[in-house]
Amino acid sequence: MQMEILAQYFPLFQEAAVLTVKLGLAGIALALLIGVICAAVQHFQVPVLRRIAAIYVEVSRNTPLLVQLFFIYYGLPKIGIPTNPYLCGVVGLAFLGGSYMAEAFRSGLEAVPVIQTESAESLGMNRAQTMRYIIFPQALSVSVPALIANIIFLLKETSVFSAVSIMDLMFTAKDLIGMHYNTTESLFLLVIFYLMILLPVSIAGSILERRLRYAGFGA
Amino acid sequence: MSEILLEVSNLTKRFGENTILDGISFTIRKGEVVVLVGPSGCGKSTLLRCLNGIEDIQGGQILLDGEAVLAGSKELTQMRQKIGMVFQSYELFPHMNVLRNITIAPEKVQKRKRAEVEIEAKALLARVGLADKADSFPRELSGGQKQRVAIVRALILHPEVILFDEVTAALDPEMVREVLDVILDLAKQGKTMLIVTHEMAFARAIADRVIFLDDGHILEDSDPETFFEHPETKRAEQFLGTFRFEKR
Repeated sequence: MQMEILAQYFPLFQEAAVLTVKLGLAGIALALLIGVICAAVQHFQVPVLRRIAAIYVEVSRNTPLLVQLFFIYYGLPKIGIPTNPYLCGVVGLAFLGGSYMAEAFRSGLEAVPVIQTESAESLGMNRAQTMRYIIFPQALSVSVPALIANIIFLLKETSVFSAVSIMDLMFTAKDLIGMHYNTTESLFLLVIFYLMILLPVSIAGSILERRLRYAGFGA
Repeated sequence: MSEILLEVSNLTKRFGENTILDGISFTIRKGEVVVLVGPSGCGKSTLLRCLNGIEDIQGGQILLDGEAVLAGSKELTQMRQKIGMVFQSYELFPHMNVLRNITIAPEKVQKRKRAEVEIEAKALLARVGLADKADSFPRELSGGQKQRVAIVRALILHPEVILFDEVTAALDPEMVREVLDVILDLAKQGKTMLIVTHEMAFARAIADRVIFLDDGHILEDSDPETFFEHPETKRAEQFLGTFRFEKR
């Protein structure tokens, strides 16, 4: 492994990492939003919408991200919706992540016993207050481990972005290997950069999990 | 006699085909302590849940101060502030400390100032012997302590009547005492209460009136002396017999 090649490639990977993180965060933020909406719709059994949410969750979870990206990238222009690689990446990630986030939020909501709602309502709280102050905070603390796992999973999934010509980390590595044949250096940097992105998320996640853990319900 | 506070007439509650409460009628006057007893599954807890609007009813009506308590109605959240409820399983909020558990409803529901509510909350905590637990979390408390916090949480809304649903059923004997002492103290202060309990000695000591419920019907509604010494019905006699032990 040659140091000067590592030094030469480093800025290229840096640039790609920034792009990867930006697209990843945008996709994850959207996924969280979709997840909250789908979970709420299913938990409160909103007619019609809950069916749509259920179908979406199944479609999204049972197709690979690569297929979803191709579908958006090549499919949408065919029906007249223009798309670009970045938008395609973010939308694809949100489409995939939304269902995983929905399931995480839903399991959290289901873990809070019904009598907690009754208890809050017996104090005169209305529906919205009960959700905001009593149910949602407890549900979130149950969901956090799953949400963190999903965030890490989605950040890793960004590696298929290269297939729709987004110059992310994976694309950069493949590109450099193709051009100069410096396989070792490129792959080494690829691993290092993924670790630099994901390890902090992982560590922050474990700290958050520990801080949000409440011992048991019905207390 | 003081004025009538709670008036239940011909209340009927069904779960599908099962009739749980079949034409229940009774009244509670201001300042009265009424104890509701009866075998398991007779509908005691369901009755309390109906009175608090947690369960909807299929017939009859519940009037508090002349206003109807109706599950699903717009006025229900207003009415519920007048009806305190203490659950068997405490149901404190595990993500909040003791003080917040008590202050959240007066602050958010009654729009009272947090500082003012906290002063009252601390005074009430001191009154039930938990002055030093304001910053603790529910998981750090014993069952008896949790139940006393739950009572304070109901009290701080200044309800006109407090419903107790087997509040000592999940507690160790020594903790039962500390919770019952708190309720006795409330009775001395003239609070209106409807208490479901299996503690017969306590029921006899605290009750102004005892209602005996069996299979969805009120079989007896009398003063404690009469109920415990000379029950009118065979069923009540039988029920009271299960609490008596004699060496054969």
